[in-house]
Amino acid sequence: MDQHPNPAPASPDIRTDIAIVGGGLNGTALALALARYGHAVTLIDALPVETRADPGFDGRGYALSIASVRLLQALGVWPLVADQAQPILKIRACDGRAGQGASPLYLEFDHAEIEEGPMGHMVEDRVLRPALLTAIGGAGVRHLAGETVVAQAVDDLGAVLELASGATIRARLIIGADGRASPTARRAGITRNGRDYGQTALVCAVEHDLPHEGTAWQLFLPHGPLAILPLTGNRSSIVWSETTAEAARIAALDDAGYLEELRPRFGDFLGEIRLAGARFSYPLILTLANSFIAKRLALVGDAAHGVHPIAGQGLNLGLRDVAALTEVLTHARRRGDDIGSAITLAGYQRWRRFDTTTLALGMDAVNRLFSNDNPVLRLGRDLGLGAVGALPGLRRRFIREAAGLTGDLPRLMAGQPI
Amino acid sequence: MTDTTIDPAEVAKFEAMAAEWWDPEGKFKPLHMLNPCRLDYITGQIAAEFGRDLDAAAPFAGLRVLDIGCGGGLLSEPMARLGADVVGADAAPRNIPVAQVHAQAQGLAIDYRHTTAEDLAASGAQFDVVLNMEVVEHVSDPQGFLTACQRLLRPGGLMICSTLNRNSKSFVVAILGAEWVMRWLPRGTHDWRKFITPDELYALIRAAGLVPVDRKGFVFNPAGWSWSISARDLSVNYVTASVKPG
Repeated sequence: MDQHPNPAPASPDIRTDIAIVGGGLNGTALALALARYGHAVTLIDALPVETRADPGFDGRGYALSIASVRLLQALGVWPLVADQAQPILKIRACDGRAGQGASPLYLEFDHAEIEEGPMGHMVEDRVLRPALLTAIGGAGVRHLAGETVVAQAVDDLGAVLELASGATIRARLIIGADGRASPTARRAGITRNGRDYGQTALVCAVEHDLPHEGTAWQLFLPHGPLAILPLTGNRSSIVWSETTAEAARIAALDDAGYLEELRPRFGDFLGEIRLAGARFSYPLILTLANSFIAKRLALVGDAAHGVHPIAGQGLNLGLRDVAALTEVLTHARRRGDDIGSAITLAGYQRWRRFDTTTLALGMDAVNRLFSNDNPVLRLGRDLGLGAVGALPGLRRRFIREAAGLTGDLPRLMAGQPI
Repeated sequence: MTDTTIDPAEVAKFEAMAAEWWDPEGKFKPLHMLNPCRLDYITGQIAAEFGRDLDAAAPFAGLRVLDIGCGGGLLSEPMARLGADVVGADAAPRNIPVAQVHAQAQGLAIDYRHTTAEDLAASGAQFDVVLNMEVVEHVSDPQGFLTACQRLLRPGGLMICSTLNRNSKSFVVAILGAEWVMRWLPRGTHDWRKFITPDELYALIRAAGLVPVDRKGFVFNPAGWSWSISARDLSVNYVTASVKPG
């Protein structure tokens, strides 16, 4: 255990029930959810508020599942973003080949096949981030922005965090929401397992001449999948995977050269395309924490599991952690239990770790199957897509999976209070 | 201690186990596993009886709670955390310092006493809530014990009492399973002949002057390795809620 050796200070500057380290989307949503259920919460964010509140237009978007939207509704955040959210009405999965655009064999899932309405919504980062910040402002969360944790120590009572400013915080529980590299997990001695896919995701937003009609596309190209996700207006968010060397070459091109690479992969079904916003690239590395909990500590979001963004599941999985942990801790608090006890935390780990590992491995397998130009595999997956398409039961299951409605759903994601 | 219903042989058995109270993986693991379920029931009944909101800051503020057979404080501490004014009573003297040291470290003020329900009742002490959890099957005179509990309650007060049912299933589960196969509890922890059926307990509670208002089962689910509350299955562990008229 790489814990801070110094004894806990006699009088910490701040006492709180729960200290959340990391002010990204998951950390902020968790602070909000816990505060709504009566927990005293302190949120520690390395970035200053101005940076979080105004990320500028960069074209990044999230495909929020129905379950995630329900959580945001329960937290009162949804009304702040609903006007700027694009409903996903159809999902088309298609086995395409580079240079040939979409092949005629494809699967289509329509939201009309399930009762819950649109299968999800696309919400841009620049919309969601400020909405969450606005919501925690009125929820009684103690928000320490521009602060970094430099040391953490745990004892039988709780944990003590020391900040770069010199302030100390005593909490009954600390939560690491500080991303894939999670210094919080590392300081607690939690090791990670991972896999480098040798692939990099290229992310951008495009404007197009023709309307997308709320359709999300998943094209399985030989080098990796390409997702076209509808944004409001005639705009779409693109997530496009290539081998790392190829991605580096494309990322280095100017905008015109980049578009020349994108056009043949994208096809012409939406007319002419233009870049809208910044371009990003993210190496695809699966990283799973070997435990989601340690003494007086729990991990959420990418700190627990960084997954392949093949279906935009990263944020949805993180929000599922948020809803499950809020439920576990709220039940513990109501019964007078110690919220940071080993038994309380074991309940969270049991709930989330299996679910997440299954999904991560599942997405990994799908990606391997589809990122391959082997003609035998190609025939097999065409037949497979056809079989899924022909069976209504399988189709509905696939849609409900994509909508985040399967598995042991936390109450806040089932439209119920805790 | 005078006029006690505690069987001296039973006290000695628990004394030997006292230091292990707070180890969730130790000898009291089954109690730690059952505890969330017991607390869900207790807190729900208290909140309903006294009109308290469990999401409030200190929902049990102003309530005086007695935890009989408090052991290491597994129930006393949660009650104190919810704002109640708690007295923890145990007939085993060694449990008291163990519970005191732990509560102090948790920053909880709990009045732990080496005493019995009968002695407390004789002193005239009064409570809004009496917790009487997994005790009645260990006393030599259940009727005398439950009458003492009734005397300890203010009119309108609430007693929660849990115990083990007496039937062939509870013999297999609680004695053979928990003590002999799983070794969850030291052999001899329970004497199956002292177990009480729900109907017998209701009769004892009524004879003590209390009105039973609810009973539920605590059911172990081996697949999920956890306990849950059941409205129907009272076959092994069960719990009752009773009020003192007034």
